[in-house]
Amino acid sequence: MKIRLLPRITGWQAISTTLILAGTLAAIARFTYGLGATTNLTDEFPWGLWIGFDFLGIGLAASGFTIVAAVNIFHAKEYEPIVRPAILTAFIGYLLVVLVLIIDLGRPDHFWHPLVMWNPHSVMCEISWCLMLYTSVLSLEFAPIILEKVKITWPIKWIHAISLPLMIVGVLLSTLHQSSFGSLYLIVPNRLHALWYTPLLPVLFFISCIASGIAMILLESLILSRGGRELLSTHLRANLAKIIAITLAVYFVVRVEDLLARGALHELTTLTYYSVAFYTELLVGFVVPFALLLSERIRTSRLGLYSATLMVLAGFAFNRMNTAITGLEVYPTQTYFPSLIEIFIMLGITALGFTVFSYVVKYLPIFEAVEEAGPQVQQEAATGRPEPIYLTRDDGGMESS
Amino acid sequence: MLIDLTLCMGCNACQAACKEENHLSPNEEKNLSLTAYTALNKYSDVYVRRLCQHCDVPTCVSVCPVGALVKQGDGPVAYDADKCIGCRYCLQACPYHVPKYEWSSTKPRIQKCRFCAPRLAKGQLPACAEACPVGATLFGDRDELLLEAARRLGAEPTKYVPRIYGKDDVGGTSMFYLSSVPFEQLGFDSRLGRVPLPMLTMSALSKVPNVLSVGGVVLGGIWWITNRRTEVAAFEAAEKKGETPRPEEKP
Repeated sequence: MKIRLLPRITGWQAISTTLILAGTLAAIARFTYGLGATTNLTDEFPWGLWIGFDFLGIGLAASGFTIVAAVNIFHAKEYEPIVRPAILTAFIGYLLVVLVLIIDLGRPDHFWHPLVMWNPHSVMCEISWCLMLYTSVLSLEFAPIILEKVKITWPIKWIHAISLPLMIVGVLLSTLHQSSFGSLYLIVPNRLHALWYTPLLPVLFFISCIASGIAMILLESLILSRGGRELLSTHLRANLAKIIAITLAVYFVVRVEDLLARGALHELTTLTYYSVAFYTELLVGFVVPFALLLSERIRTSRLGLYSATLMVLAGFAFNRMNTAITGLEVYPTQTYFPSLIEIFIMLGITALGFTVFSYVVKYLPIFEAVEEAGPQVQQEAATGRPEPIYLTRDDGGMESS
Repeated sequence: MLIDLTLCMGCNACQAACKEENHLSPNEEKNLSLTAYTALNKYSDVYVRRLCQHCDVPTCVSVCPVGALVKQGDGPVAYDADKCIGCRYCLQACPYHVPKYEWSSTKPRIQKCRFCAPRLAKGQLPACAEACPVGATLFGDRDELLLEAARRLGAEPTKYVPRIYGKDDVGGTSMFYLSSVPFEQLGFDSRLGRVPLPMLTMSALSKVPNVLSVGGVVLGGIWWITNRRTEVAAFEAAEKKGETPRPEEKP
């Protein structure tokens, strides 16, 4: 038998460690030399990759409010097993976004200013407040998991007593600021390309985050369900997939209807820099996965769900990056491509997220709910996969990094 | 200030005076920059002077999360670097691409025309208006200058295009322009309407209180209904088993 003094170093761990180190070095460079020397941001392009990454991170963390609302407010108790993973995903997502924001700020030492200096007319002010408040809500929702582990039970009762208002506030805060990321761009009608600029930006951002959040948690449950333990039954996974499909359809209709109403559809009749970006985003993220998820066979197959959710997430990333970057470029005279340092900081932070996730999953009772659901586990074991429990779970978590 | 482009002959005295007033490097610059708060852009034989428009409903003031930018009563849009967190939303949002950022600094600030606020406080003219040898830039009360602009348009309708740029563009600005060439050909953005841009944001932000109150009630209501349904189902299941608890025992 192997003596486990040193943790097994897997390929994923090596890659993520390298990325985190590279990201740390890049961050040191950014703070030492300033934004100008280390990024490709300019007066014409003051926001770039990092803002797009913030949108992405927050969007992927949207399961934190949709699943909590479904299970605890709408009493869809069958999804209980993914509540904790969803909260964990959201919590990590939000902390990472806060980290990126602080790196992105020109004066990180002033990051606390929005706490005391308010401007109610600013979307950015609303976002900072929602971000701070919702991260606090998430930490309260997450706290019982840690407290359970260290066996301090008295605050759990206290948190439990306020859990309903806490959850409602959490859902509302998420709704507000998922959409207000879209509102950020309402003020640049003269800059953002007509394919992305619309008064409906906040609505579209909100609808798409529901799909991306559920796709993320579905992908996670697929990855973490390896080795014989099923986090969710095939039936429930198919249900979630159905919700994604419906959301994608709603989004598609609103998006096209809006283009039609604003008379912007003609932008799509020719192949330009912008229309290609638009088609990519809409086909990869919305049309194709919707078509895939219509089929019962795909909704119930692991491979089918893997492909569909990955496409939803890729299309979602395209959409946010297009809004934050492509739509603001004046092709070909004024374009933006991130510098290596910007990219390394982003990759490093992504790797950090996945690493933290895999460690938390390993040491904290994130899947307690599943283990209580005895029959399901036994059933899986009976279907012919022996000795499932002690396979290392972190490998699964690293898979998607 | 009223800027009559037909009078400007491109001598650059405004920029030189501005640079002296603000202690900036004295070299001549063709575009707005960290060291040029005003600059002359040349379009064939027309010079267009760029500078902060000091909007009546400034986009930059509305987007700043910490209120580092403030519209002062007498016109200037002032900037407080001690409040600024460096989010650069003002650079992104300004319809005239005015604020410039100290990208090379580790404690960056924005730089832009300050409308010579200290001089105005002393009752002096802005440096650029004082320096202009031909009166292409006039400083004065906004309403009086608008009357003057209208008078010029009326007196020589063939010389000018019939528009006072800035009178009500993006809700009106402190700078307005008269020109003999259509403004669209002089780099003025024709996509900007008359509505102040902050209104576009307010249409979304004003819904926030409603989302909070209505959303809170609706979610609370849904919770109550679904919770009640579960309770009733549990009660009925218990009743079927024959161990009927009395209704008043229910919490």
